[in-house]
Amino acid sequence: MAGSIRGSGIAERAPAVSRLSAIRPARGRRWAVLRQAARTRLGPLGVVVMLIAIVVALLAPVISPYNPLRQDLGNALARPDRAHLMGTDNVGRDVLSRMIWGTRVSLMAGFGSVALAMVTGGLLGLLAGYAGGRTDGLVMRLMDAVLSFPPLVLALALGAVLGAGLTGVVIALGVVYTPTFARLMRGQVLTITARDYVEAARALGAPGWRIAWHHVLPNAAAPIVIQASLSVAFAILAEASLSFLGLGIQPPGASWGSMINAGRGYLQQAPWIVFWPGAALFVTVVGLNFVGDAVRDALDPRLRR
Amino acid sequence: MGRLVLRRLLATIPVLVLVTAGVFALIHLTPGDPIDVMMAESVDATVKANLRRELGLDQPIFVQYGAWMWRLLHGDLGRSIRNGEPVIENVSRRIRPSLQLAALAMAISLVLATPLGILSAARRNTSVDRFGTTFALFGICMPNFLLALLLIFFFGVKLRWLPISGYTDPLEDTLHGLRSLVLPALTLGLALAAVVTRTLRSSMLDALSEDYVRTARAKGLSEWSVIRGHVLKNALIPVVTVLGLQLGTLIGGAVITEYVFALPGVGRLVVDAVFARDYPLVQGVVLLIAVGFILSNLAVDLLYGWIDPRIRYR
Repeated sequence: MAGSIRGSGIAERAPAVSRLSAIRPARGRRWAVLRQAARTRLGPLGVVVMLIAIVVALLAPVISPYNPLRQDLGNALARPDRAHLMGTDNVGRDVLSRMIWGTRVSLMAGFGSVALAMVTGGLLGLLAGYAGGRTDGLVMRLMDAVLSFPPLVLALALGAVLGAGLTGVVIALGVVYTPTFARLMRGQVLTITARDYVEAARALGAPGWRIAWHHVLPNAAAPIVIQASLSVAFAILAEASLSFLGLGIQPPGASWGSMINAGRGYLQQAPWIVFWPGAALFVTVVGLNFVGDAVRDALDPRLRR
Repeated sequence: MGRLVLRRLLATIPVLVLVTAGVFALIHLTPGDPIDVMMAESVDATVKANLRRELGLDQPIFVQYGAWMWRLLHGDLGRSIRNGEPVIENVSRRIRPSLQLAALAMAISLVLATPLGILSAARRNTSVDRFGTTFALFGICMPNFLLALLLIFFFGVKLRWLPISGYTDPLEDTLHGLRSLVLPALTLGLALAAVVTRTLRSSMLDALSEDYVRTARAKGLSEWSVIRGHVLKNALIPVVTVLGLQLGTLIGGAVITEYVFALPGVGRLVVDAVFARDYPLVQGVVLLIAVGFILSNLAVDLLYGWIDPRIRYR
């Protein structure tokens, strides 16, 4: 849901669609996965949106028509026209340019925090599931403790002490998402280490790290990748929420959330200040959701039994 | 059932200990001296030293933690630096609008999502279903604050039907109070409704494919009596779970909603405290929110055991 920073997870959704796509070729699995993702109706649309966002973020200095920080007080709140395709904001900055630069912030925050959470959560889950016993108990109680805070409240509190700015937000959101990955990874490790091939490897004298690296990790990857792709959209929403509240990128820097917050006082005179970054945020999140769903349908572990 | 309650309560204790440790550590995570962060440089050195002593920051960290826990166990959550009042006072003054907002949002979401979810599943692949699933997708992807601004734009600025900010207590002035809560509650309720619609639809579809549904149909029951008598009850279990999972989201959404609509609730208090760098207040409120969150999750867990007896014996 809208503020849902942790995402709705894998278990809640209807398996109805994925059941239809249950046929999986035995060879060339990596390509089969991609083909599968492309076959689901909305997946390609999502990929297009994601690619556009990535290109815009990378090329921001080239394609942005104005300096996103340059004020032009004589031309404040200008309607969209030839010179300023999306109008200007309350201090005369070009809304289009700021939106383009904001794409960078959103993607860096979204992918950065999920990558951070995936690595730390994955390692913690691997440790907990593999070591078992007291280590397992401690790590998982720690994760429970993190989960005991409402996500946005935790991110706010962490952001408050880490200081505003992109790094603070990425770390704060990374912490918020870590338990999801840790739990998922631990569950995978427990299932996989109980399998015969792991026992066989152990009987052959393979050391623990080798089993973890060669047998457990590759087999546990699918659900982690699914969770990651579903989480990115929510991380982007979360960054926008924090920036909206004033914790993310600091003014005059541009991020979609902070642009929307700055424009909300001008809803009547200049609705475009809010509309464009809002639309960009919404479209990106919907697109990434489609990508996440398509990846899940293609990799769904339930189809791999 | 009694054993379930006890087991869950006991499992909560280590988590609570870690949560308090985490909240305590919060103030020590600040890069640099927390006192310098909290107060402007111009503030007199003796004032700073006094605050440092008052917060116990001049002592070893374990002593600080011990003292803090001791006070906590006596119900002392500390004082706000800004207004000097105890955290409890600050929160209790703000709790009413938050609870009213949450209750109203929950009601709105159930009123919208129940028929929509049921119809979407029962009339699968029709226009009703497409409307339901599109609504769910939009609601899930729409940022809270954006929806709030859209509602403000249409109902407040264009149509001028409803106030766009501020709060009147409905218990004192019912009409004005409800009017001040309609837009915030819609903001929060629509998002929640989207999640509930999606869950109800998918759990209805799962239940509809069960054997007992085929049996019920085979014995000649009408489709609606099948749904009323056999499907709905079984489909509600995942909905309760998801409502529980969404509690955290609801609280986060309330923070943003209260901020946008200037509602003097607990969420707004958190944001204000964060920006005033009133760390004792941040610690206290965040701890209270976390404990409230843990307890309501516990309640949902128990509710779950009550709805589905199979859970109790696991």
